[in-house]
Amino acid sequence: MDGGRKDAGTRVRGGVHSAERHDSAHKHVTGAADYIDDMVEPVGTLHAYLGLSEAAHAEIVSIDLTAVRSAPGVVDVLTAADIPAVNDVSPVHAHDDPVFAEDKVMFWGQPVFAVIAESRLQARHAATLARIDYRPLDAAIDIDAAMAAGGDLVTKPLKLERGSVDKALAEAPNRIIGNMEIGGQDHFYLEGHIAFAIPGEDETVTIHSSTQHPSEAQTLVAQVLGVAANAISVQVRRMGGGFGGKESQPALFAAVAALAAKRLNRPVKIRPDRDDDMIATGKRHDFKVAYDVGFDDEGRILGVEGTYAARCGFSADLSGPVTDRALFHADNAYYFPHVRLKSLPLKTNTVSNTAFRGFGGPQGVVGAERIVEEIAYALGKDPLEIRKANFYGPPGRDVTPYHQTVTDSILDRLVSELEISSDYQARREAILDFNRQGGVIRKGIALTPVKFGISFTATWFNQAGALLHVYKDGSIHLNHGGTEMGQGLFTKVAQIVADCFQVDLDRIRVSATSTEKVPNTSATAASSGSDLNGMAAQNAAEQIKQRLVAFASEKWSVSAEEVTFGPGGVCVGSKTVPFDVLVAEAYMARVHLSAAGFYKTPDIHWDREAGKGRPFYYFAYGAAVSEVSIDTLTGEYRVERTDILHDVGKSLNPAIDKGQVEGGFVQGVGWLTTEELWWDDKGRLRTHAPSTYKIPLASDRPRIFNVALAEWSENKERTIRRSKAVGEPPLMLGISVLEAISMAVASVADYRECPRLDTPATPERVLMAVERLRAHGGAEA
Amino acid sequence: MTMARGEIRFLLNDREIRLGTVGAGDTLLDHLRLDQRLRGTKEGCAEGDCGACTVLVGRRAGGTIRYETVNACIRLLASVDLCHVVTVEYLRGPEGGLHAVQQAMVDHHGSQCGFCTPGVVMSLYALWMEAGCTSVEAVETALQGNLCRCTGYEPIVRAALAAGNTAPDGDFLAAERAHVLERLAAMTDGARVMVSRDESTAILPANAGDLAVILAEYKDATIVAGSTDVGLWVTKHMRDISPAIFVGHLDELKRISVEEGAVTLGAGVSYSDAAPVIAEHFSHLPEFWSRIGGWQVRNMGTVGGNIANGSPIGDTPPVLIALGAELTLRRVEGQRRILLEEYFIDYGKQDRAPDEFVEAVHIPLPAAGSLNAAYKISKRRDEDISAVCGAFSVTVEEGLVARARLAFGGMAATPKRAAGAEAALVGQAWSEASVRAAMAALADDFSPLSDWRASAEYRSRVAANLLLRFYLETTGSQPARLSA
Ligand SMILES: Cc1cc2nc3c(=O)[nH]c(=O)nc-3n(C[C@H](O)[C@H](O)[C@H](O)COP(=O)(O)OP(=O)(O)OC[C@H]3O[C@@H](n4cnc5c(N)ncnc54)[C@H](O)[C@@H]3O)c2cc1C
Ligand code: FES
Ligand code: FES
Repeated sequence: MDGGRKDAGTRVRGGVHSAERHDSAHKHVTGAADYIDDMVEPVGTLHAYLGLSEAAHAEIVSIDLTAVRSAPGVVDVLTAADIPAVNDVSPVHAHDDPVFAEDKVMFWGQPVFAVIAESRLQARHAATLARIDYRPLDAAIDIDAAMAAGGDLVTKPLKLERGSVDKALAEAPNRIIGNMEIGGQDHFYLEGHIAFAIPGEDETVTIHSSTQHPSEAQTLVAQVLGVAANAISVQVRRMGGGFGGKESQPALFAAVAALAAKRLNRPVKIRPDRDDDMIATGKRHDFKVAYDVGFDDEGRILGVEGTYAARCGFSADLSGPVTDRALFHADNAYYFPHVRLKSLPLKTNTVSNTAFRGFGGPQGVVGAERIVEEIAYALGKDPLEIRKANFYGPPGRDVTPYHQTVTDSILDRLVSELEISSDYQARREAILDFNRQGGVIRKGIALTPVKFGISFTATWFNQAGALLHVYKDGSIHLNHGGTEMGQGLFTKVAQIVADCFQVDLDRIRVSATSTEKVPNTSATAASSGSDLNGMAAQNAAEQIKQRLVAFASEKWSVSAEEVTFGPGGVCVGSKTVPFDVLVAEAYMARVHLSAAGFYKTPDIHWDREAGKGRPFYYFAYGAAVSEVSIDTLTGEYRVERTDILHDVGKSLNPAIDKGQVEGGFVQGVGWLTTEELWWDDKGRLRTHAPSTYKIPLASDRPRIFNVALAEWSENKERTIRRSKAVGEPPLMLGISVLEAISMAVASVADYRECPRLDTPATPERVLMAVERLRAHGGAEA
Repeated sequence: MTMARGEIRFLLNDREIRLGTVGAGDTLLDHLRLDQRLRGTKEGCAEGDCGACTVLVGRRAGGTIRYETVNACIRLLASVDLCHVVTVEYLRGPEGGLHAVQQAMVDHHGSQCGFCTPGVVMSLYALWMEAGCTSVEAVETALQGNLCRCTGYEPIVRAALAAGNTAPDGDFLAAERAHVLERLAAMTDGARVMVSRDESTAILPANAGDLAVILAEYKDATIVAGSTDVGLWVTKHMRDISPAIFVGHLDELKRISVEEGAVTLGAGVSYSDAAPVIAEHFSHLPEFWSRIGGWQVRNMGTVGGNIANGSPIGDTPPVLIALGAELTLRRVEGQRRILLEEYFIDYGKQDRAPDEFVEAVHIPLPAAGSLNAAYKISKRRDEDISAVCGAFSVTVEEGLVARARLAFGGMAATPKRAAGAEAALVGQAWSEASVRAAMAALADDFSPLSDWRASAEYRSRVAANLLLRFYLETTGSQPARLSA
């Protein structure tokens, strides 16, 4: 704690690599941090509420909104007919994501209309009064149904291929063909979706939107309203969590609020109830992976063929890049000498799935780890041995299925350090002994690695801007295109600026992300927030710094090299000028004290048609060892211990990074264990609230939880202060829990059979796997 | 007829609030956020499951004031009459700065997005004030009703343990306690309270007798105890519950007594209030009890409400049925006492007349030497609804099963005994073979449903396996379930 403070005087307070607190921590704990619903509403504020469809796939025969219109407090009702320009909020401009359904509904819960009333309660009440007649059409709810119905896709699939996989598989001494179902996940950000639009003059409107992607909300709202982007201002100070769920999804709410606000010339807020939020907005894609792997007797993989079918929902949304990223991570950390991977982004009559921390990558990684397990159980070996035998290695074993060479792997060192620090081998032996007693309680342990590619695979997104003002009193105002959703981005970027100027962190104020300050931003996503915005902010700071240096060297007649920024002030030759004094003097001399910074990631390129390129600037690595106990009578389990060693390069802020690792891990465990999305046969999501959808609680944490950052790691690439992205990769460390449960299950058939535990591994799935293995395995160990 | 007071009165932080216009379904959270503009308290789910709305409600009990965490989103406003509501805005340290719990949360990086944080802080504060955040178990229990999606809880637990060492004596609420008591006493008048907004009415009877009178008059009334079920009818189904008759404040329904070989819990006794007496007399129940709801829900929810609600997945009915519990129902004409298992007639149908209320439940103490167990199976360990709940009471005499009461929740339209399995056991040796016969008989006792909580197949399998667990636990030396 407080690494930055202990050597005050020699270092600035709050520079890079120090464990600064979150910049809003004081406000969080006192309730003083304003989220959008907490902002003071102007007099006359109205509230919108969505009316959702009650059919999974149907023609709308008639809509009767009379009762809605005449309900108490109702001011207006909006349907597709009221949209001034384009009825579409598709983030990829596929024109398949209507704000309001027109003549067909494509999933149960699709917005059909919005009602605007004096109070939210009135609007919500009125929304229940609609009478809509549907003529049902065949609905494909899940992956199997979509395949059976002909396998319509929402977007173009991807194929990655290298070597001669058919031959490799045919000639392999061992070969396993299998399937895995991987469940989806609701984001369950604690703050649900919300947008608050305040109309301005002419065509302008300001929208406070809980969004990770203000520029996209701006573009899409402009498209819906039929105005230029310069009329739309989107702002967000902070979100109460995002996790990808607020990348493309907020546009709908922003559009409805803006549309109503302009129509009625009154401020309009829209905030769906949690249930509606979960029903009407997208989630992590569930996948069905079909794999075919050939391997030698040592467990070395010779060839892999895989098909990655995803339930995408009714529209493209981000399913293209999500399913692409699943393929990019289908190798996880392992070299596949011959490989063919295909994605199947299937269209289903369910809510359109979207970005979620890892963006398809985790599903790919889970598939890779299943393949490893299959090999291990087939050969009767410890899965860790198989993992190590297949890690990317020296030239000859360093090319990914997408033809990028892995040059920065640190997994050999990282995994062996973790293996030792967690005492993996001895604990595994003890567990094998324990299970040999044949009791009701069984144990399992697993060490799983993650290698995660960093960069947006859409190369043009890898750019960022920042706006920096130094005021004449020496205080600094920082703004950048990244959004704050709890990940500590604002704190980290401020640390970078503090470091550049060698001023204390509290001199810097970070303001709400705004499309008016930094234009054309990318989503705060793909773990890229600090990499991109940190660089842009540094670039802005360097510009101002250069101007100050030039000014100082001229004023005090020293060379530019003799002007240096230090914690005690700016050294100009032999004298030290306090930062504020220098700034004040510079202002008087008419030095420009504001700068727009910019950054774009170098060296990356991607040819999707060919399936070749270098989509990732670098890889982030990590590994986890988890030990679990399971109850073979009920399928219940508990995580006894987890040890993590994670790579964040040279950490910008070890406290925040550790928080991302801990939080990501627990979220990953939730995804793979208790978080189950359950649709009924009519296509209704029935787990649509925390009462039915179970994310981890404090008591689900590992009983012993040791998290360390690989302090020796430094990014090989010239990223911001040689750090690495941290948002997404740790989620996949949760796979260690799944694999440990799997081992415990396998014990009931003496590890002769791969349990093929699908996810989420609820107690029910665990018990059923135990029963299945018992039935196959016959005699107990 | 009693004179009714036409306003509710309570203390909100340091202010006295008097409200005449209050509807039956008005929630405390909406009042705080919309009317009082106290927006530190958040809404994350509006169904009592996330804890973002956690506030403290202090009520007078036994000459002092007892502060408890509650979910403001499903706590109905009328029910805070004569209480002290404390929100995060009021929390402060000795010099007016951050409270020790808040400071620890800052120091240990306990917040990321911060949206869950005010609620987490309130739960930790309540624990800190009551018992100190001294063990991981205590902290986890206090946080059973608080979801955090960002941190993975590790830094929150670290923060709590760091704050745990501070002595609660000089704390602001402790210092104000006498004064608050005086202010609450001054507001108290023993009157019936009747308030409304538009057509929606909330009534707080003056006492149990008054409750009976009111129920006789309003046959379509909704009785509201802790509102942990009723609150969701309001926030999720937007149901009109007017006229709502509140019973949570009635001291007569909060009585706990142990006499004539039974523990009697008034219908208004909350899970938290009942916990000590349950732990004292039913050694098989403490762990089970702490897995009902989360802390906030246990502070609000009542055993009476759990029974009256009639749900097939309520947790206490199977447990109480296995113990042979009885129920007292009351109306103006008088009381009647029935076997609890007879109260549940069918799905959504209970043996209660519209003008009757549940007054008390009587739980016989376990017979000496009897074997008792209660198990809850859910996707998530804490704050989850049971997929299956199994509660067993078996008496073995001279090696043979003399009596067996095997009750299940989640297996049928009502909480129900497994007649076939019981018959398979009685008169047999208490052996694995007899238990396996009982397990097989269960297949004829129940044909459960498949839903999002579990498939029929799993429910059946687990129900049977719980009998085996029971047998192994009562006879074996090996652990037959995960340690708490
Ligand atoms: C987050 C959450 C978690 C939960 N977890 C669990 C759980 O783990 N296990 C479980 O079993 N339940 C659980 N519940 C459900 C609920 O908490 C219980 O059923 C609780 O016991 C209800 O009690 P209450 O006092 O809140 O009842 P209320 O909601 O006030 O009332 C419930 C019903 O009982 C009636 N009623 C109440 N008191 C009387 C009376 N004296 N006479 C006649 N009728 C009466 C009401 O009219 C209503 O029909 C949970 C609820 C929530 C919100
Ligand atoms: S808002 Fe979630 S518990 Fe109240
Ligand atoms: S800090 Fe975001 S939910 Fe807890």
